Amino acid sequence: MTPAQDTFDITLTVNGVSVSRRIAARQHLVDFLREELGLTGSHLGCEHGVCGACTVKVNGEIVRGCLMLALQADGASVETIEGLSESGAIADLQRAFHERNALQCGFCTPGMLIAAAELLECKPDATREEIRAHMAGNYCRCTGYQSIVEAVEVVCRGRVRQRA
Amino acid sequence: MKAGVFAYARPSSLAEVFDLLEQCGDEAKILAGGQSLIASLNMRLAAPAMLIDINGLTDLAGIIVSGDMVRIGALTRHRSVERSVEVATHLPLIHQAMPYVAHAAIRNRGTFGGSIAFADPAAELPACSVVLDATFRIAGKSGERSVPARQFFKGLYETDIQAGEVLLGGEFRALQPGYRSAFLELARRHGDYAIVGVAAHGKFEGGRFSDVSLAFFGIGAIPVLTVSTAAALEGNPYSPDTVAAVQAAVSTDLEPYAYGDIYHGAATKLHLARVLAGRIVNALTAA
Repeated sequence: MTPAQDTFDITLTVNGVSVSRRIAARQHLVDFLREELGLTGSHLGCEHGVCGACTVKVNGEIVRGCLMLALQADGASVETIEGLSESGAIADLQRAFHERNALQCGFCTPGMLIAAAELLECKPDATREEIRAHMAGNYCRCTGYQSIVEAVEVVCRGRVRQRA
Repeated sequence: MKAGVFAYARPSSLAEVFDLLEQCGDEAKILAGGQSLIASLNMRLAAPAMLIDINGLTDLAGIIVSGDMVRIGALTRHRSVERSVEVATHLPLIHQAMPYVAHAAIRNRGTFGGSIAFADPAAELPACSVVLDATFRIAGKSGERSVPARQFFKGLYETDIQAGEVLLGGEFRALQPGYRSAFLELARRHGDYAIVGVAAHGKFEGGRFSDVSLAFFGIGAIPVLTVSTAAALEGNPYSPDTVAAVQAAVSTDLEPYAYGDIYHGAATKLHLARVLAGRIVNALTAA
């Protein structure tokens, strides 16, 4: 058993790079990414799981970065918008967001892109309804949902064509 | 906001969890998926001195079918339940309810046991468990015990789990021949907590209903099993008269429980419950 304490040494992989830090138990994953690693692409909106701006990938699955303690990511592989952007994995999605005006202020965009990227991986043939259901966990306060759904749909169709 | 300072422990056995619970008493909270707990820590609605992270107890995760029983372990992630072929086959009610349990990113972390033990009045899985007459397994230092779901929910965020105890999981009877399920929920945004929702399970054979249970959530402090609706449906066909009788029964049964929240008054919720009652009866005929 890990003995009870309030600071911990953790080692995890972030965007393919191994990092080790001593952190407080109370620090959540997004504060760790932003404050300790300077990865400010993951945003903090509501900080209680409602808005989705903090969405990151942990061991390949999207999670609310504000609802996971950083120390729970000890040993895990974390991907943020910085890593996904640099790898080119979502370049088509980013292009579609740009072309379809799927962002205005851009605050929700990293979370939107990461949420959409999971759908593109798991279900590129998603219907518009399924896209809406999947993206429902991410708020856009510039009310840009129509263009966001369109951008995701365009990329879904493109990925399906690519696979065919 | 940020969570207050707390100590954290990650035990690797139930015995260690029981020891920690004994040492810390009310000062400790169990951390499973954390999708409600960490939110309440961040908002400083909760400030435990210690979090006991049970994510290392991997024995508590998993879905097991044995005979006509289906066991869902407390640590099973919502995403696993949502994707489970066993759940889709044997517990179609829960399969239908899963897409309503928060959002994809939350379902990846949130757990079955967390949802049951937290007992949010607007949560889906407590109501499904009540309708399906499930049993919960609970363990403490002195051993294990079972509690029927229909006696487990005691009040607002209050369950039968006693100090020092841990929820191990739920046991459900697999779908029996002739039975069917339906699930409906109204929310401001798909995946948010329900304004009001209903889970239904029963028979519709030869054009007539029998042995139908309905439980409403988001309207009372706990999931409310509407006993009068069973009588309104028993032996009756799907007809405007039956629907009207069910809706009247829903009003009678829910009125003593109905509460308003910051968005919707009790009267609105009762109205919406009647609307859902009409829809769920129809959905049962089509299921």
